[in-house]
Amino acid sequence: MEVLLYALLGFMVVGCIIAVEIKDLLSAVVSVGIVGICLSVVFLFLGAPDIAIVQVVVETLCLIILLRATVQRDDTTIYKYIESFAVATILIFSGVFMVLAYRAFKDLPSFGHPLMTVSQEYLREGLAKTKAVNFVTSVLLDFRAYDTLGEATVLFVSILGAIAVLRRRGRR
Amino acid sequence: MKGMSLIVRTIARVVTTFIILYSAYIVVYGHITPGGGFPGGVILALGIMLLMLAFGKDLPLRKLPEGRASVLDCLGALGFWAIALLGFTAGYFFLNFLGKGEPFRLVSAGTMPLSNIFIGIKVGVSLFAVLTALSVYRRFYPPGEEPPEED
Amino acid sequence: MIPYLFATAMLLIGLYAIVARRNLIKIVIGVAITEYAVNLFLILLGYRAGGIPPILSKGMDLNKFAANSVDPLPQALTVTSIVIGLGVIALLVALVLRLYEKYGTLDESEIKRLKG
Repeated sequence: MEVLLYALLGFMVVGCIIAVEIKDLLSAVVSVGIVGICLSVVFLFLGAPDIAIVQVVVETLCLIILLRATVQRDDTTIYKYIESFAVATILIFSGVFMVLAYRAFKDLPSFGHPLMTVSQEYLREGLAKTKAVNFVTSVLLDFRAYDTLGEATVLFVSILGAIAVLRRRGRR
Repeated sequence: MKGMSLIVRTIARVVTTFIILYSAYIVVYGHITPGGGFPGGVILALGIMLLMLAFGKDLPLRKLPEGRASVLDCLGALGFWAIALLGFTAGYFFLNFLGKGEPFRLVSAGTMPLSNIFIGIKVGVSLFAVLTALSVYRRFYPPGEEPPEED
Repeated sequence: MIPYLFATAMLLIGLYAIVARRNLIKIVIGVAITEYAVNLFLILLGYRAGGIPPILSKGMDLNKFAANSVDPLPQALTVTSIVIGLGVIALLVALVLRLYEKYGTLDESEIKRLKG
């Protein structure tokens, strides 16, 4: 179980590296799709079927949108790459960030033993208060419905922005 | 741009029905099984996307014109707001004011199924709108060749 | 501890793609990878060893369920975060398509040069 989880996580990291480094744009988009599907399987391992459903569906749609941007180009291969100074800078920054993150993770509750002070309240009293069996939905739509409202607004605004950028009528 | 072959069209026509049925199931049973408004809405958009891929760009726009899509989108957003505001009738914002019922029943948990349905409509229709915008509004010619004028 | 480091590595790869790549599609891919890493980290924080999903099945004792279930709170927030990520990707792709239509290239430095 644990070994399988680590293997999937390592596979995802390798997929991310391939997606960033490969020269063909179509292959990069496909490998990012593979990373997303693996992420959905990881969510299933971590006991989150809700998120797994959302992730696999959203990944499909995201892949379609990214493919829409990639295909129908005359040339989908990259030739030019950035100079080595920026690469060196980002690599040094990554090393420093990794060390600092390692030190910060020592203070977090260790993997597999979450804190859950508020969530215990939700889990114990959620059924009596809302009569909903799926506790993710009861948190999403009852205890924390403000967040959902804000999320719906953000989605609305971003879709509106995309349509306003794309539409032909009303410009010029 | 007339769509794909006969085999693809026939299968897409049959399968789309089941995809939309599945999205309705995911939305309506969101408080009992995994799922809810967000994945249900995205599955709805994906079902319409399948129609668009198989039959060309025009059929989904004929079934769900732009004006009606915008009305449905606003209906979802306003419905969710209305549920939030109706909580004031019994106390405060977002109060679950309907009767709760028994757990494990379809009609239970007060306002949650209603909220799920409105969120599902909103997410599905707005994603459908952005997909049509990505595929229909522009043909994406490189700058040299001008696109033919369309009304 | 080790899964957290995997998530951090993914975050850094995404940041690397955003900063060091010139192609606009690669930048969008970097944004997507960063989103995956953050969502994964949130879910990893709420995992309990040997935990069950936070969905009650029939005839389950509530106290035993509350002592065994994984954390539902980060899951509920991650659902919204994933869908917002989809909206962000759609907006970015729309901008990329507009830029391609105007300048005929996806290269960032080329676009800067053409703009003058």
